[in-house]
Amino acid sequence: MLPSYLTMAAILFCIGLYGALAKRNAVIVLLSLELMLNAVNLNLVAFSKYGAVPSLTGHIFSIFTITVAAAEAAVAVAVLIALFRARGTAQTDEFNQLRG
Amino acid sequence: MTDMFTKAAWIIPLLPLAAFLLLTAAGRSFRSLGPIAGSAASLASFALALLVLLERLQDGAVDYNNSFDWISIGSYTLGIGFEVTNLTTLMLVVVSFVSLLINVYSAGYMKNDERINVYYGYVSLFVFAMLGLVLSDNLLALYIFWELVGVCSFLLIGFWYTKPAARAAAKKAFIVTRIGDAGLLLGIILLFWYMPDHALDFTMIESVFEGGTGAIAAGITTVIALLIFLGAAGKSGQFPLHVWLPDAMEGPTPISALIHAATMVAAGVFLIARTFDIFQASPAAMDTVAYIGGFTALFAATIALAQHDIKRILAYSTVSQLGYMMMALGLGSLTGGVFHLMTHAFFKALLFLGAGCVIHAAHTQDIRKMGGLGSRMKLTAWTFAAGALALSGIPPLAGFWSKDAILAAALEANPLLFAAGLAAAFCTALYMTRLFVLVFLGEPRFELAAASKVREMPPAMTMPLLTLAVMTVVSGFAETPWNGWLSGWLGDEAETHAGWAAMLASVAASLLGLYAGWAVYRKGALQGGAAVKERVPGLVALLERQYYIDELYAAVAVKPVRAVGTALSAIDRYAVGGLVKLAGAGAGWAGRLLTRLQNGQAQGYGLAAVIGLIVLLLAMLGRRFLT
Repeated sequence: MLPSYLTMAAILFCIGLYGALAKRNAVIVLLSLELMLNAVNLNLVAFSKYGAVPSLTGHIFSIFTITVAAAEAAVAVAVLIALFRARGTAQTDEFNQLRG
Repeated sequence: MTDMFTKAAWIIPLLPLAAFLLLTAAGRSFRSLGPIAGSAASLASFALALLVLLERLQDGAVDYNNSFDWISIGSYTLGIGFEVTNLTTLMLVVVSFVSLLINVYSAGYMKNDERINVYYGYVSLFVFAMLGLVLSDNLLALYIFWELVGVCSFLLIGFWYTKPAARAAAKKAFIVTRIGDAGLLLGIILLFWYMPDHALDFTMIESVFEGGTGAIAAGITTVIALLIFLGAAGKSGQFPLHVWLPDAMEGPTPISALIHAATMVAAGVFLIARTFDIFQASPAAMDTVAYIGGFTALFAATIALAQHDIKRILAYSTVSQLGYMMMALGLGSLTGGVFHLMTHAFFKALLFLGAGCVIHAAHTQDIRKMGGLGSRMKLTAWTFAAGALALSGIPPLAGFWSKDAILAAALEANPLLFAAGLAAAFCTALYMTRLFVLVFLGEPRFELAAASKVREMPPAMTMPLLTLAVMTVVSGFAETPWNGWLSGWLGDEAETHAGWAAMLASVAASLLGLYAGWAVYRKGALQGGAAVKERVPGLVALLERQYYIDELYAAVAVKPVRAVGTALSAIDRYAVGGLVKLAGAGAGWAGRLLTRLQNGQAQGYGLAAVIGLIVLLLAMLGRRFLT
């Protein structure tokens, strides 16, 4: 069972990575980040159930991750809204103020 | 007998040093402090030196030496301290006396100068250096003070540093004397190398070289003596290192008097007198000193005939008189050299200070533009005349006795040098007469408006003249043919007393010079100086340009050195500097190139990180599969 979960998680992670790197809309980028986090959560839970040494730690860890991700999403969306108000756009390639 | 003051002789140089420190601390405030502090310090020094002299005049005075260990390396220790002998006592008195008068005189001469405190500070430091040089008990300590004297002369010649000529003269003085200093340092090192126990103090030097015991090989002795003489020639302006002395006239006139009478140029003669035993052990070195001295005496005297700047004439006269002193030392007459050094200090200081009064009054240094000053500045004229007559060697003034002692020694040892000395004496009388006639007699040759303003100088400037005039008259009696007090006091048994032949010849030469000068420049036998120039234009031009020595040095030494300097600076600027600039510019280019990568697109950075991760993973996998 474990390889199926891991494959599933890897696919989810790759989709998220692609979205985070390639999408121009900042909201989509945020969603993709959530996808990557959840792929990791899936990995944690799969290992805690089917791993070599099953234990409850993986569950607890994933709950922590979900909590932190929720907080992160809240902050990120707040930043995004502020950025949108300031610049009138949510396109990531417009935000290049730190270029050298 | 007591030796209380002799034991305290180390205080003598420290008093001017204290004045220097005080004046340096005061800076430009307290303008009246400079003359007071400088004069008070030199007065105290003079008083103490005089007390030491009185103490040593008692019977049975012995040389006093006190030193402490300065450097200890292994078993070798080098002491530093002071030594009071009859020679050093005499120098102490002369130096502090002349510097006292110059301090007083400067109070009038430099009254309106903004940097008067700086001036007095330098003068005090100069006097400190010279007194320290005189008192030093070993050659290394003497060398330190020797260099200090050089620095002070540099500072004071270039005192009016806003004048380009003064800056150039200061540099020239420093560089030319440096050539001599290098010789002296080499001499000291050689001496250190060969002396038993590496001793450098004068007592040891005396005992090693005295009587030519041969502790050091004759060849080495000659080399050492010649190197020391090179140092002395640099400081005392002997040919071929005399070129700095006339240029040094760019400094304030009291400084010229100080350099020419008491401090700087006396150092060279004093050095030879102090290390006289080394020279006596080497006949070749003695001959060199004598011939260079005799040549310089005549050579400089002829140049002085054709100069127009009052101070330059006096400067060349100093070079000439120093030649006399060197000649005397080279002929083995320690007394003659030291005696002439002493009398010359008095009358040359007098002449320079008188020249300072003249320059102050006439606002020019060109004697062709003066004339008729005698009637308005009687005191200056009379004292100047005394100095000029003394310099010319007219009895019974001081210069006669000392010059006579030298000529008598020359007559006995070497007729050629005697002839050179006589010729120089003739020239001396001639150019001094010319100078005196053109400056003080006849009609004023400058604007009448200025002529009516010419006044006698204030007492601060005339009192030193009077004092020096008195000394010019009496100091000669320290050593006369029937009274060998000075030679006895200096312990110079070899001294011969003048024969009448030398005396008559020298007086005759001097009187002939005086008469010739009077006839040409006063009576106009040849219609003044212009006529001389018309008859022998080549000779006059040669003398006016000082035998083209400066031009020769410029072509032979200065230009090649400049060329090498320019080449080296080009290498530095373009090769070394180019490399440095290349390194800087390369870093700049690399930086500009790399800023392109930072384009502000966060997603791009993420992609780069992912690519990096993939490369890393592939590398790890590849390693696992390949090994």
